[in-house]
Formats: sequence, C-alpha cells, structure tokens
Amino acid sequence: MAQIAAAEHELRRVIGDAEGLGDREVEGLSEGDLLALYRDMILLRTYDERSVVYHRQGRIGTYAIYWNHEAMQAGAAYALADDDWIFPSYRESAIGLLRGLPAATILSWWRGHPSGWWNPADYNVASICVPIATQVPHAAGLAWGKRLRGEDACALVFFGDGATSEGAFHEGANFAAVMQAPVVLLCNNNQWAISTPVSAQTRAETLADKAAGYGMPGVRVDGLDVLAVYEATREAVERARAGEGPTFVEALSYRAAPHATADDPTAYIDLERVEEERTRECVGRYEGYLRRLGVLTDEQAEQIKAEAADVMREGIKAAESEPPADIGLVFEHAYADPPPQLAEDLAELRRILGGSVG
Amino acid sequence: MAEKLLVEAINDCFHVELERDENVMVMGEDVGRAGGVFRATAGLRDRFGPDRCVDTPLAEAGILGTAVGLCMAGWRPVCEMQYDAFSYPALDQLITHVGRYRWRTGGGMEFPVTIRMPYGGGVRAPELHDDSPETYYVHTPGIKVAIPSTPADAKGLLAAAIRDPDPVVILEPKLHYRTLRGEVPEGEHVTPLGKARLAREGTDLTLVAYGSMVPLSEAAADALAGEASVEVLDLRSLKPLDEEALLASAAKTGRVVIVQEAPRVAGFAAEIAAVLAEKAILDLQGPVLRVTGYDVPYPYWQIEDAYMPSVERVVDAARKLLAF
Repeated sequence: MAQIAAAEHELRRVIGDAEGLGDREVEGLSEGDLLALYRDMILLRTYDERSVVYHRQGRIGTYAIYWNHEAMQAGAAYALADDDWIFPSYRESAIGLLRGLPAATILSWWRGHPSGWWNPADYNVASICVPIATQVPHAAGLAWGKRLRGEDACALVFFGDGATSEGAFHEGANFAAVMQAPVVLLCNNNQWAISTPVSAQTRAETLADKAAGYGMPGVRVDGLDVLAVYEATREAVERARAGEGPTFVEALSYRAAPHATADDPTAYIDLERVEEERTRECVGRYEGYLRRLGVLTDEQAEQIKAEAADVMREGIKAAESEPPADIGLVFEHAYADPPPQLAEDLAELRRILGGSVG
Repeated sequence: MAEKLLVEAINDCFHVELERDENVMVMGEDVGRAGGVFRATAGLRDRFGPDRCVDTPLAEAGILGTAVGLCMAGWRPVCEMQYDAFSYPALDQLITHVGRYRWRTGGGMEFPVTIRMPYGGGVRAPELHDDSPETYYVHTPGIKVAIPSTPADAKGLLAAAIRDPDPVVILEPKLHYRTLRGEVPEGEHVTPLGKARLAREGTDLTLVAYGSMVPLSEAAADALAGEASVEVLDLRSLKPLDEEALLASAAKTGRVVIVQEAPRVAGFAAEIAAVLAEKAILDLQGPVLRVTGYDVPYPYWQIEDAYMPSVERVVDAARKLLAF
C-alpha cells in the first residue's frame, strides 16, 4: 500500500499580494484560459449578486449566497474535462452555468418551480445537494462506477467545512479511497457553518489533515486564489486519471456574506473581519493579477461584465415567464412506474382543485 | 422444477440476473469472499469477479450512497444490508436521495437500485438482529417494497426488483432462509411487483399477511379448520399494493385480520386497515383486527416467542371476529 504523507499545511498561492508575495504563473494556461477563468468568475459573481437582489424583490425564494467563493468554484471546475462530473452542494448552486446550464433553470430552482429540474447527465452536473455531505458518497460511486466501465471520467465534489463533521463525508471519503475512485474532494473551508466556527467542528489542526486518515493526499490552497485552486485541482485530477485515487483539497476562504438570505450573521460574526475580507475578495484579486500581467483591458472587463448582466436579465425573464406548473407534476417523476394509487390521487385532486396552482 | 431452500432461491436468482444483465452488480459487507453471512451471494465473486460482487467497507450509508453514484454511471447495484437493523444508517441516503433523485431530475435519470436484507425474529439472535423495518421503507416516497414468503417468490420478487426502473427494498424472512423449502422455477423467473398471492382460499375470514407471517397464518388457518373456512392473502408487495386482491378477499369473507410482525403503531397493518375502512366498509361484518408485535424494542430471545405473533394469538383474534 502506498505511503501517504501528512497533509501540506502551507497554503498554496499563485496570485501575489501587497505584503510582498510576487505573482506566479501557472504552467500551461494561455491568455485565453486566463480570460476564460475571469469570465467564469464574473458570471458566477453576477449570478450571486443579482440573486440577492431578486430575493429582496421577492422574485426568488430563500437563496444560499456564495459571494467570495467564485474563485474556488471557477478554478476547480476549469481543471475538469467536459466528461468529468461536478457534485455541488447548495453553496455551488450556479456551478452548472459553467457547463451551459441555463441561468433560468437555476433561478427556477430557487423559485421553487419544477422547471428548475435538470437532467444531470445533460451537463455532467449532479442535482443541487441540500442535505450536508450526503453528495460525497454519490461522487465516489459515480467515479468508481465510471472507472469500472473503463471510462476516463473523474468526479469533483464540493462541500463545506461543517460537512467534514458528518458521517456521510467520512463514509464517502473512505469509500473513494478504498475503491481508488477518481474523485477530487473539494472542501470550501469558509470557516463558518451558519453560526458555528470551524474551531467548533474539529480539533484537527487543518481539515486537510483528515486526508491522511483515509490514505489520500491532502493539500491546502488559498480559496480566494482562482489560479491556486485551479492548479491544485488539476494536479488532483491528473492523479485521479492516472489511477491513483482521490485527493482532498482544502480551499481556505472566509464567509464574508450571510449563510443565506434568511440569515442575519451580526449575532455571531466578527463584522470587522468581514469588512477586511471584503476588501480582499477574490474577483478583485484576480482582476488585479490580470491587469498586472497586461492581459485584461478596461474594455474587456466592461464587456465581460455586461455579458454576464445580460445572461441574468435574460435568465430571470425566462424563469418568470414559465407558466404555472401543472399539478400533475406533484405526482410525476417520483417513480418510473408509479403505484396505481397515485393516479387515483391525482384524479381526485384535479376534481377538487382544477388544473393548476400558483 | 427443483426444490430449493429460500436462501438458495435467492442465490439462484443472482446467478441468473448477473448472467442476464452485465450492468447488475452486487455490493455489501461480506458478500464477496464469504458469499454473504447467510450465503445468499455465494459463488458470485468467483463467477463474475470482484468488481461485480463487491466486498465493501463496513458502512451502510456509504454502500447506499455510492450506489446512487453507481446508478448515475449506468450500473444496477443490488445492495445487501447484512441485517434488518443494520440498515438504519442507510436510511439517511434512502430518504434524502434514493427515493427522490429521479424526481429531482424531472425523470431524467433512473435509480434502479435494489436494497435487500434479512429481516425478522424468531432466530434466537442478539439485539438488533430481529427487526421488521418495512414501515420505514414503505413510508418513503419513491421506494417500492416487496417481501417474499416462499422460495419461488424470493427468486421472482428479487428478479423483479433488479429489473425494475425504480428503487426497490426487498425484506427476506431470515427465519425461513433455511427452514422453508419449495419448488422454484429454473432460469429466468419474475414475480411481478404489486400482485398479491392467494396462499389459501376460504370463505369466512381473511388473514392478510406477508413474509414470515404467511406460513404462520396458514398454520392458524389449519388450527381453525373445524370452525371456519379461512383465506390467507399473501401481499408479496407492500408498494405497489394489490388493492384489488385485498378488496376482493374482504368482499368475499367480510372479515379481515392482519398479521404483522413489526410493532403495531403506524405499522403496515394500519395502512391495510385504513384502505379497508375507506374502500370496503360495507363489505365488512366486523372490525378489522390486527395481530402484531408490540410498541417495545424487540425482546431478548429467551422471551421473544411471547412477542412474536403466534398461532394462538391469530386464532384468538379470528375467533373474536367470527363471534362479533
């Protein structure tokens, strides 16, 4: 059995800072790639900021904000091939945008409309997982199953720091390692599970330390550094494809926004720290890097932002013009071959309610 | 047709179905090298290889959770839960994902997973090797549940579950794994889900049962032979439920006693009683009665016989109803 070294504790970084760390470059990334990553981050950021507004306007329901997590989402997803699967938690609800899933579909999901359903096989993006950590074994199973079929695909699963306390995380990580499944376990350690700090989740010095217990490598990256996340994920994917099994990537960030639109963090969070984090947020950091490299012009930045704004305008328009769902959808799709009683129930409900609700 | 023990019929089914469909795989604790603690999966690892009969880590939620992902990769996993009560850690995956994922994808993806486990008491086993957990499963939307009572049905219902596009839970009466022998059709044999079986015809009273309570009900019918003509309806499948057969028997005899090993409160017998109250009230000559386990943990085995529905208790209930 391979010896697995203890997890790296130092945060991997590519983008420099004002404290004297210089910029690095990631081998193999062209200017086109760098701009594509920027476009992905802007799209995710715009989706998130618009969603908070839509929520306040009563146009979508409760929404889980992911502001300042765009770097790790875009960076990790960019390291994948199209055949690779992504298993999002609710914190990555819009990750499908990067795979061509229409914004209207995701907005409909948050609007509680059945048109928010999608077929994961169309985008290789699993459904949004609402319960914590239970998607980890799904990713392990898919990756294992693909490998058994001789296919090349990997899986990337997102989860938070709180998820590492769940049994499902443990069972999924252990299964992935035992089966040598080609999985990347990407932990968004934003240091808060609603109001519970990561120090109350674990006595481990870092979350990446957990990896050694499963016999897999653990690495830590600056989760606000899109290129560092990309580079670490790419390495993990290469390992996975080479048949060397899963990798645990801890992407360190900070939740600089409420847990969700229904949450008021002022009761528990350090507001000064939040303000400080907001000044070093991930999109601005990457933009600074690109400008220092001379890759991004004002004109390009404006155009990319305008395109993202258009995607959202069109998306919400399309989501809001969905006709009310037929009540038959209450019953459809739960079974491929439903028990006969459901047809009786639907007939009775139609008699009482008529054709539609909403 | 060959005579087989109930557990041999299950093993036979696996050999046929794994040969028939290369997407079927078996996974669970000790199912491979050992062939299962009851030998239900004996010989599969040697015949089909360790990738299609997989010894998993000891992790029931992990087994069912990875099975969800395996379905997404095109497999039809058959998960063994080693004992009834060992399946509880997997309820999380069952409720939050297995029963909902097809629906969540708007019918785009199918999750043809089969979950099978030995269930029930009477085997002089330690705590938590004796439970009858069917209510948890049948109460979960998106999940079908079948419970065989004969070797032929053990083979046929398992084959139906494996071929079904939806998730199916099969509870196997472990008391009868090696105590019940019967004729089992050779080769492919499918017992459709949702079709009850008239185990015995009668005209005065119906005993409704499933799984290990069917042979018990037949023994009770024998004991009542001099007093009444007793029908025994073996439901075979709890979801989908064969309401037609249930209502037909109730209409014929006018008296129904439901026999269930699981604890009484909100057990499946209550569902049967509710269906009869809603749809057969005018056919009934008396109240629908239940003979069940009690609302207590399954007892230590020296006193388990007192807890288990017995011929005496079924006969007592039947006499009460006949005298009503």
